[in-house]
Amino acid sequence: MAVMVEAPAPQTAEVTDRAKHERRLGLMLSAPAFLVMVFVTAYPLLYAVVLSLYNYRLTDPEGREFVGLGNYATVLTDPVWWTDFSTTFLITVFSVAVELVLGFAFAFVMYRILRGRSVVRTAILIPYGIVTVVSAYIWKYAFQLDSGFINQWFGLGDFNFFGQRWSALFVIILSEIWKTTPFISLLLLAGLVQVPEELQEAARVDGATAWQRIKRVTLPNMKAAIMVALLFRTLDAWRIFDNPFIMTVGANKTETLSFLAYRQNVTLVNLGAGSAVSVLLFLTVVVIAFIFVKGFRTDLSQVRGDR
Amino acid sequence: MAGRKVSNWWTVWGVLILLWALFPLLWMVSLSFKDPATFRSAEPTFFPQVWVWDNYKTVFTDSLFTTALRNSVGIALIATFLAVIVAMFAAYAIARMEFPGKKFLLSMALAIAMFPQAALVGPLFNMWRNLGIYDTWLGLIIPYLTFALPLSIWTMSAFFRQIPWEMEQAAQVDGATAWQAFRKVIVPLAAPGVFTTAILTFFFCWNEFLLAISLTSTDRARTVPAALSFFTGASQFQSPITYIMAASVVVTIPVVILVLIFQRRIMAGLTAGAVKG
Repeated sequence: MAVMVEAPAPQTAEVTDRAKHERRLGLMLSAPAFLVMVFVTAYPLLYAVVLSLYNYRLTDPEGREFVGLGNYATVLTDPVWWTDFSTTFLITVFSVAVELVLGFAFAFVMYRILRGRSVVRTAILIPYGIVTVVSAYIWKYAFQLDSGFINQWFGLGDFNFFGQRWSALFVIILSEIWKTTPFISLLLLAGLVQVPEELQEAARVDGATAWQRIKRVTLPNMKAAIMVALLFRTLDAWRIFDNPFIMTVGANKTETLSFLAYRQNVTLVNLGAGSAVSVLLFLTVVVIAFIFVKGFRTDLSQVRGDR
Repeated sequence: MAGRKVSNWWTVWGVLILLWALFPLLWMVSLSFKDPATFRSAEPTFFPQVWVWDNYKTVFTDSLFTTALRNSVGIALIATFLAVIVAMFAAYAIARMEFPGKKFLLSMALAIAMFPQAALVGPLFNMWRNLGIYDTWLGLIIPYLTFALPLSIWTMSAFFRQIPWEMEQAAQVDGATAWQAFRKVIVPLAAPGVFTTAILTFFFCWNEFLLAISLTSTDRARTVPAALSFFTGASQFQSPITYIMAASVVVTIPVVILVLIFQRRIMAGLTAGAVKG
């Protein structure tokens, strides 16, 4: 990267020249990132939109025909879509809600703790970095009848956690919570550190209780950080795939929307209906993001990286 | 005195967090040392009755796993390297220059960070087969580097903003060439941010599962998470559970090592990239 040397005499022509040069260089430097992103996400998404208008199975490529919005009608009238939608919704709501509360508790502890601070901060990063599939197996085998210790420890006899929907979802959500709470707690900690100490002090002098201080000082000053953490984690939970795939393979109504997209496209190579599922999945994400930005007034400039 | 009491309480809570984070790992290690032939029972215990190394021996003699490990290391390292290079250019431009489309680039990165990868498995599967890169390293490296870009761009532009760029000119005033100023002043200052980004990107590639099972079909490019889901025991009459746990311990080791050595950097990187400081 060549470096511009400051010109000693700032003439107007010189300045615009430099601005031009800077613009060109900026475009050139960011072009590779831009092109890669378009090639791997925007273009395939458009391709999915096109494919979704056809009846197209890889097992029968000759039978490809234009069906318009037929695939969408098929998907949206199929109970499977709605079951998977409700499963995804349940997992998202429960895991994000618990993670937010736990994440706050963790953030507070990491903020206040003096002895053992770095040990705790190191330990908390391990679930964050662990392979999700590994996390899924760890919890699956902990709850599984022939290998797990959970039933022994809690005196549950031969209760089969993966035998019905609600208990299977409980284990899936538990694995999800264990792995992703650290991420949320670190984001919240970053927000917590930014709350001015003087405000806390002033509230204390005015006789506010600890609970009042949290409610009136800490939380309002952290609102932006909380919203951003929530938005990211919600959309992340909405994509959930690894845990149900490893733990239940979608049995007992535990299949999620990502799982459905995978099954239609890759397992059944039914690219027409599969692409319709893909496009619909993408639209649900857009709607969630929209609700956050407009409904909860989430300030995305927090993460935009531009000043 | 009262202050010390309170701080001790926080330490107690800290120990609880420690347990919460490490207990499942203990379970994984314990299970990986159980005897594959006899560990299943009507009343399973937490710790092994007999500690055996068999699972690790089996895992390392199983070509399914060793090939997958090689694929994982190779794909993750190459994708990380490329993502960091591409993101470094973009982050440098974002942090230091004004150019048209800067906002658009950042918005696009934001959109991709929220993008459901599952929506792409169908079209990518088709595109990759037409391009002849289905079931190859390249076929996974390209999407991995793409999905790692948003985080890499944010993290690095956040780090680059904190660099005192005036020092570069100061060095040049002192008689250094542009190249010397860049190499001796800027590179050492920018290195921590680049390195931190590389660790976070590596975690993402090491972890990814959905694309790994969608865009591969043989062990030619299958990574460890994908291979784990196809794991069977040494023979079809044995449960693969203990082997899967031994393999899991093996893939968790690099994660633990990275976390132990670079704990501070990972913390800084996660928060710099996600929420503006």
